[in-house]
Amino acid sequence: MAADKVDPIHQFHINKLIPIEIGGYDLSFTNSALFMVATVAVASAFLYLSTSSRSLVPSRLQSVSEMAYEFVGNMLRDAAGTQGMKFFPLVFSLFMFVLVANLLGLFPYFFTVTSHIIVTFGLAALVIGTVVVYGFMKHGLGFLKLFVPHGVPVYLLPLVVLIEVISFVSRPVSLSVRLFANMLAGHITLKVFSGFVVSLSALGTLGIAGSVLPLAMAVALTALELLVAFLQAYVFAVLTCMYLNDALHPGH
Amino acid sequence: MFVTSAFAQESAPAVEGGHTGTEGDTHSGTGVPAEAHGVFPPFDPATFPSQLVWLAITFGLFYLFLKKVVMPRVGGIIDVRNDRITQDLDQAARLKGEADAAVAAYEQELAEAKTKANAIGQQANDAAKAEAEAARKKVEAALDQKLGEAEARISTIKANAMKEVGTIAEDTASAIVEALVGGKASKAEIAAAVKSVAR
Repeated sequence: MAADKVDPIHQFHINKLIPIEIGGYDLSFTNSALFMVATVAVASAFLYLSTSSRSLVPSRLQSVSEMAYEFVGNMLRDAAGTQGMKFFPLVFSLFMFVLVANLLGLFPYFFTVTSHIIVTFGLAALVIGTVVVYGFMKHGLGFLKLFVPHGVPVYLLPLVVLIEVISFVSRPVSLSVRLFANMLAGHITLKVFSGFVVSLSALGTLGIAGSVLPLAMAVALTALELLVAFLQAYVFAVLTCMYLNDALHPGH
Repeated sequence: MFVTSAFAQESAPAVEGGHTGTEGDTHSGTGVPAEAHGVFPPFDPATFPSQLVWLAITFGLFYLFLKKVVMPRVGGIIDVRNDRITQDLDQAARLKGEADAAVAAYEQELAEAKTKANAIGQQANDAAKAEAEAARKKVEAALDQKLGEAEARISTIKANAMKEVGTIAEDTASAIVEALVGGKASKAEIAAAVKSVAR
């Protein structure tokens, strides 16, 4: 089992906690689902409890909630204008969900919800779905102007439209893969370096002395992962804002 | 995350037991369904329906909770604070305006009082001058009168004296004439002679 102990993939395994099967699909309550619930519970509880006093002069926790709220609000207003504020709840909940899921994943033994491509793809599909549905609802076929930039010579138009379509279609992919790959790679690296610590420590005094290096590395990587957790939540929210801007103003 | 076998034991001991037969596999000892063995867990399609459904449930509830409860509350807190700040700024501006007005009123009153004081001073000055002038005139008049009286008396005294001088001269002249000539000059002649000399 020694090799198993440092298996860096092990942390991504899905374990059924409560097996549920409906219509031939396996919809079990898994550790992934458990941490989705935990993410939602932690984020909701934090936002709810920190603002419960509604102080005029905010406490530290309340000002954290307010900062997150205003941060996302300003981000959306800058990217999509005041019209975009109708999507504020969506962007705010996406940001908080991804952020808290990333941060919870940093705790040892915890499962990282965002390290699974299907989860990040689900969130990205929600964003792109909102963009497409709202874009067609608001602009009708005028939404297709998104793919026809202004001032392009006619003979180049088919090529440009093709490129625009490909770029649009690749958005949900890039949005989901970016978050997923960052979390996955970060956690694997962390696990590998932590595994070195364990393996080296088993080799006696010299090994314990040598394990200081990977331990320092693991500590540094944890700090980096903390940054990445924030950064990826931010990037996800910013890109969501920019895509929503396309739905609001498709004519570039 | 760091020592993951412990996690697996914690979370799914029963399932783990069921799969101990596949120990040689790298993914052994986990709850991965048998057909998914060898698949990188995040790319295992067998877990997709469950994850999507639970993501939809949890994220949907989260979205609703944020939209209905948290965001109105946080937005309300921020709005109330902004209103309060605006209100306080307005009040401060109003109070400053009032203070400025009070200062202006004070300045005006001060200026008025100064003018008034000057006027009163001027008036008093004028009155005093007029009074002094009147008193001077009165005194001058009185002095003039006294001077006139004195002059009149002097002139009467002088006239009397002159008259007496005439009589004395006549007496003296008659005495001299008498002594020199030895006759008596008539009184009228002597008086005429004295008069012609006195002229």
